[in-house]
Amino acid sequence: MTTFLLRRLALVLPTLFFVSVLIFGLQQLLPGDPALALAGEDRDPGVVAFLRQKYHLDEPLPVRYLLWVEGVLAGDLGESIRIKRPVRDLVLEKLPVTGELATLAIVIALSIGLPMGIVAAVKNGSAIDHAATMAALWGRSIPNFWLGILLILLFSVEWGLLPASGFVSPAESLTRNLATLIMPAFVLGNAIAAVMMRHTRSAMLEVLNSDYIRTARAKGLRESRVVLHHALRNALVPVITLGALEFGELLSGAVLTEQVFTIPGFGKLIVDAVFNRDYAVVQGVVLCTALAFILLNLVADIAYVLVNPRLRG
Amino acid sequence: MTADTLDTSSADAGQRPWRLALRRLMRRRAALVGSAVVVFFIALALAAPLVAPYDPLATDWRAVRKSPSSQHLFGTDELGRDVLSRVAWGARASILAGLVSVSIALAVGVPLGLLSGYFGGFADGILMRMIDAMLAIPFLILAIALAAFLGPNLTNAMIAIGVSQTPVFTRLTRGQVLAVKHEDFVDAARAVGNPHRRILLRHILPNVLAPILVQATLAVAGAIIAEASLSFLGLGQQPPAPSWGSMLNTATRFLSQAPWMALWPGLAIFSLVLSFNLLGDGLRDALDPRQG
Repeated sequence: MTTFLLRRLALVLPTLFFVSVLIFGLQQLLPGDPALALAGEDRDPGVVAFLRQKYHLDEPLPVRYLLWVEGVLAGDLGESIRIKRPVRDLVLEKLPVTGELATLAIVIALSIGLPMGIVAAVKNGSAIDHAATMAALWGRSIPNFWLGILLILLFSVEWGLLPASGFVSPAESLTRNLATLIMPAFVLGNAIAAVMMRHTRSAMLEVLNSDYIRTARAKGLRESRVVLHHALRNALVPVITLGALEFGELLSGAVLTEQVFTIPGFGKLIVDAVFNRDYAVVQGVVLCTALAFILLNLVADIAYVLVNPRLRG
Repeated sequence: MTADTLDTSSADAGQRPWRLALRRLMRRRAALVGSAVVVFFIALALAAPLVAPYDPLATDWRAVRKSPSSQHLFGTDELGRDVLSRVAWGARASILAGLVSVSIALAVGVPLGLLSGYFGGFADGILMRMIDAMLAIPFLILAIALAAFLGPNLTNAMIAIGVSQTPVFTRLTRGQVLAVKHEDFVDAARAVGNPHRRILLRHILPNVLAPILVQATLAVAGAIIAEASLSFLGLGQQPPAPSWGSMLNTATRFLSQAPWMALWPGLAIFSLVLSFNLLGDGLRDALDPRQG
């Protein structure tokens, strides 16, 4: 187990290095003088000179990279040119909003995807299986933002049941908070539910054909107990670990969903930053996303080995 | 004895699995429907100047936000432009983005995967860590960041999507190469003294092509959604040029007054993406008989 942990951690370090190179390198894509581009449309000479000094633009590239990494390691993600605040503070401020949206989306995805996957596997080849497969295909084909627009049309414009946009903090009012988040969370959860359904279905099909399930059935156990107690417990392991990979999908989706429903989260932060040419914020958000993804994958891999005794060796 | 006389890749034997796969594909109704819709949209994109009843850029102040009628089958938008004409022309941006981005990803990803898997070693290790790094950044966020730094337009959006999709193809190709590179037919080709280039292109590539083709079809669906997403965010096709994503962006401002503005472009994206997914799933089943 220790060897596995060490080997897995050793793999993370080069990945982190390349992520940092990639994100630092984004700045190099800016056409012309980065200081001019970073200074935004005003191009105030004072700001340009300040940026040149702050980002050490007169230094050679490798030196600039090392200085940037040094800052990041000390928690300095740069400063937003527009809002004039540290990027770290902005990210920390928006994170809880997207965090709540993402958690709700996962709850919705699990409560749709798991039962659908189980039923599709148990009734393999039946009309229900085909319907579930079609639903999953719908889930991965419908664009997030269009589904959001359709829901707004129906629930807000047509029926007036839910607010079309905005966000209310749970501390202010939990009911209104849920009312603002339920549609975006469904939109976000819908695509992940489709993936969950496919994973659950194939994992369950594999487990349901195994010897110990046949033994459980031969013992005369009720089918519901065989499926839920014996099969699902083992099928869930790959579903959960593969689910961790959907984190990226969740964040990509959040960018669009937050835009459609005007939710002031992580996704809206990066989009607004793109339009304000607030490049430090773009880099900061991309870096945090990548770090979170790498960390989550690491945890998922370790959890997979921990719950799977055969791999512990 | 020359390499040619002992060439282990017979053209005839190579053709048969593909022909069988095509026959299996033809038997799948969902895949056929998918292909038909894809062909319909490609034809629509090519024939947009002939099919579109109006100029997609022509504004008409007397016909602002008119609901669907016999003059304007899909209604008009906030500047009085014909939505049907804009949807037809918008097919160009979507299909172009889908095909060009995936071509970029294939052109870069497949050769890298071939070389990396075949030669292995230190360079392979480094490349794989680079791929891990790219995969650690969610696809759309990477595409947004690239499009933001490159500048917002359709060409840059296609480059951003293509670059973001490249690691998937590199990893897939590498994995496939690793699976076949010690097969007997590759060893035989090597034993008779074929150069690496010939082994890679004539013996390995044709045998790893099937999963790449499936992935490419599904990636076109992903690229079409990504282009629509970038255009929706204002980072793809720039107005007034028609694109489904930017049409949806505008539509969000007029949802209560002109819901049809949001309906048609969204339906077009959904139908095209669904069709590519159906075709991709069908191809996967047809090319992998174990799953069929």
